[in-house]
Amino acid sequence: MTATHYDRAPGDRSRPAELPREASSGVLVYTIGLFLAAILTATSFWAANTSLLWPPGVPLGLAALAITQIGIHLVFFLHITSGPDSTNNVLALAFGVLIVALVIAGSLWIMTNLNENMMPSSELMNLHATTNRH
Amino acid sequence: MNIAVAADHFDAESLPRASEAGPAPKRVVVAYGFWIFLLSDIVMFSALFAGYAVLMHATAGGSTGAELFNQVSVAMETACLLASSYTCGLMSLAINSQRRHATYLGAVFTFALGAAFLALEIREFASMVALGATPERSAFLSAFFTLVGCHGLHVGIGLLWLTIMMAQLAIQGFRPIVERRLLCFSLFWHALDIIWVGLFTVVYLMGVSS
Repeated sequence: MTATHYDRAPGDRSRPAELPREASSGVLVYTIGLFLAAILTATSFWAANTSLLWPPGVPLGLAALAITQIGIHLVFFLHITSGPDSTNNVLALAFGVLIVALVIAGSLWIMTNLNENMMPSSELMNLHATTNRH
Repeated sequence: MNIAVAADHFDAESLPRASEAGPAPKRVVVAYGFWIFLLSDIVMFSALFAGYAVLMHATAGGSTGAELFNQVSVAMETACLLASSYTCGLMSLAINSQRRHATYLGAVFTFALGAAFLALEIREFASMVALGATPERSAFLSAFFTLVGCHGLHVGIGLLWLTIMMAQLAIQGFRPIVERRLLCFSLFWHALDIIWVGLFTVVYLMGVSS
């Protein structure tokens, strides 16, 4: 009864008791991660510089590529998986992602709204002249 | 007797759950705590990202990102940091199997690539300042230097940490506490690479293409 349902540390591929003493499969995991990340990075740089793509769609495509690459890094480098021994790590990550999404989307939303409701700057400049005229 | 026989056929699901199995190993507790810290660090970066995204076009008549950013330099920085993350992963494999020379080799590569990244970034900052694009020039540049500089500061701290860890490894060997610190370092280093993915996409690529 030595085997228990201990969690797995973030960054470890297995539970502490069964850490592998030979590392060939680990090298393969990191190499696959590097390969996928390099392809995604190269695609991002290509998409930002090419004229073949529809320009308004490029930022959205770049965001999708970046999110994919972050997922690749999490799975292949940090070994955050959907396994039952990684639940706590995934839950903490999910909470972090929630806060990040709230901060970034909320800031952009509020500031865009503020900018739209702001008086156009030319009107602001002429404010003095128009009040004098009346 | 029947109960004892039944006990032999416990499947994996009926083993004690984590809550009943006593305290978790220290390696798990330490790494989980550090994972929480890293997530809070990422939340801090998200505020800097939001600030940058809001102030991106507030150039106050000064240079825009498209005029200032050198994509070749950014691509080299990205390659350095990605390769550094990979060698850091190989280093943590060497630590797990307690191979001392492989660990040192991984650390040397990780340090060299991280230092190359930092040198490229400092060169980029210096060339921008030489063009008059200093942090006080516009809100865009203030946000840029805060965001990218904060990431660069993290990389610098990581390099210092790696140096200290190699000294500890040389003096103390593969003690559990040294292994736990090295695990935290590798988590830190991979998290920095994740932040850089968001950074080069939002700051450099979107700044150039828009």
